[in-house]
Amino acid sequence: MSIDKVWVLAEIADGSPITTSLELLAQARAMGGTVEALSWGPDTAAAATALGDHGATTVYDIGDIGDALPGAPVAGAIAELVKAGNGPDVLLVPTTYDGRDVAGRLSVKLDVPVITNVVGLDVVGDEVHSQHGLFGGAQVATARFTGAGPAVFVVRAKTFAAEPVGGAPAQVVAAAVPELGATNSAVVLARHVEERSGPKLDEADVVVSGGRGLGGAEHYALIEELAKLVHGAAGASRAIVDAGWVPYSHQVGQTGKTVKPTLYIACGISGATQHLVGMKGSKNIIAINKDRDAPIFSVADLGIVGDVHKVVPKLIEALKSRS
Amino acid sequence: MNVVVLVKQIPDPAAPQALDPQTRTLVREGKLILDDSDAYGVEMGLQLAEQAGGGEVTLVSMAPNGETSGLRTALAMGAAKAVLVSDDALKGSDALSTARVLAKAIQRVQPDLVIAATESTDGYTGTMPVQLAEFLSMPAVTFAKKISVGDGKVHVERQTEAGYDEVEAPTPVVVTVTAGVVEPRYPSFKGIMAAKSKPVDQLTVADLGLDAGQVGAAGARQEVTDVSAAEERKAGEIVVDEGEGYERVVQFLEQLKIV
Repeated sequence: MSIDKVWVLAEIADGSPITTSLELLAQARAMGGTVEALSWGPDTAAAATALGDHGATTVYDIGDIGDALPGAPVAGAIAELVKAGNGPDVLLVPTTYDGRDVAGRLSVKLDVPVITNVVGLDVVGDEVHSQHGLFGGAQVATARFTGAGPAVFVVRAKTFAAEPVGGAPAQVVAAAVPELGATNSAVVLARHVEERSGPKLDEADVVVSGGRGLGGAEHYALIEELAKLVHGAAGASRAIVDAGWVPYSHQVGQTGKTVKPTLYIACGISGATQHLVGMKGSKNIIAINKDRDAPIFSVADLGIVGDVHKVVPKLIEALKSRS
Repeated sequence: MNVVVLVKQIPDPAAPQALDPQTRTLVREGKLILDDSDAYGVEMGLQLAEQAGGGEVTLVSMAPNGETSGLRTALAMGAAKAVLVSDDALKGSDALSTARVLAKAIQRVQPDLVIAATESTDGYTGTMPVQLAEFLSMPAVTFAKKISVGDGKVHVERQTEAGYDEVEAPTPVVVTVTAGVVEPRYPSFKGIMAAKSKPVDQLTVADLGLDAGQVGAAGARQEVTDVSAAEERKAGEIVVDEGEGYERVVQFLEQLKIV
């Protein structure tokens, strides 16, 4: 197969395409052929300018799906487009909640496998080879599609760099959602936004994260205070999110956010595989943990073997006295 | 309220994991254990069946060599019975094939609710439950951090990028649960003893009416061509804190011009 057409699932939040989708558009251009986007929601037309600027010539507008969960209707509309004969060679999907749901549904509708956790893509001759981190990123597997039909890749955030190319606004083409019956019967009754202050976790230049070593929810304030002093965002390991100490939106790791800041400070985090996947790409890593054998030290540029309750308060005092 | 909980029996994650050098698939030899991520689903299933005032929890699993050790753990927690699909033809199955097989097994149970973990600890593709829902023509609500049931509906708090959504869906429905959704119970001694005699219905691919060519390595249309060590991050300087460790952190921040 030669790469004639690449589609990108372009999720839209607050009127603009999400960063990961723009990263995928950059990669789609690099793969060659025509680049087209697929979007849903009330703001698709408004987002066409940004999508065009990042190289999409067309955006298929699945429309406002109202209170439906996106997985079923979006996959349904995409499957119709493919069955009509306009399908791509490759479909790139961001690793998000809705992206995974869409890819899963589409996989069955088109009878094609989905390749997830992609951290690299190369066009080799007529084939697309994908890279995946295994065992928390300690090993990288390369895989290739051997079947027919669009190759569906679910790609992790920050695998590629977004880059505007100054293209004209993408042409908006309506794509209808077919009748789906029971699969499309889940409805959103209410949406809750858990507000956070300071820079966004996945965009911040410095991220300070806390883990189980903090000992209790009440000590997370230390992390927030330190984050504020270094103009960073406060993050968390899955352990303390699952324990209910902090909202999910703080989670860094496999099931949370992927971050690649200039500096990552891990406080009381042992460094489970699940966590390392989300932060190993940071330029610099400082780890503070009392267990000398914690895996986090194997990726840290600077490791402080000590109690977070002793080290972090002193660090905060020292930084405060400077400002 | 009849609940199916999907459980995966995996090699102990505490033991070193490896790929088979020939097939480049995960080595699943030796004793398998209940995937920790699935203990939450089992607990959730048990609680929901109890709240509904009737019904039972059936485990559905796919594993090589008729492996049941992980299933026994979940049966000991209180599940009533298990369906195990075990067949040499399943070796090398990808998520799509796995979903196809599990869907057939679940159809025999006719549950009101199917619970799965958001992703397994060993493979973590995270798409299988939604693929399963599509095969079963059911709605799916992924990433549930709270579930309640009533009036033929499930009510779920679903994690989102920004916070969470309250989602409602009619049964039968597939719901994936995050770790921490509930605190899994420890099997009691009585539970462990009772688990030994609970029924485990073992099925082959043929029993499910599937063709061996649709599943396993034969059905997978992706091939792993290479596995190599990732670029290692080197461990850096280690300072044992004796009261002044913070000073080294401050210096590091200065070097990076962060302060």
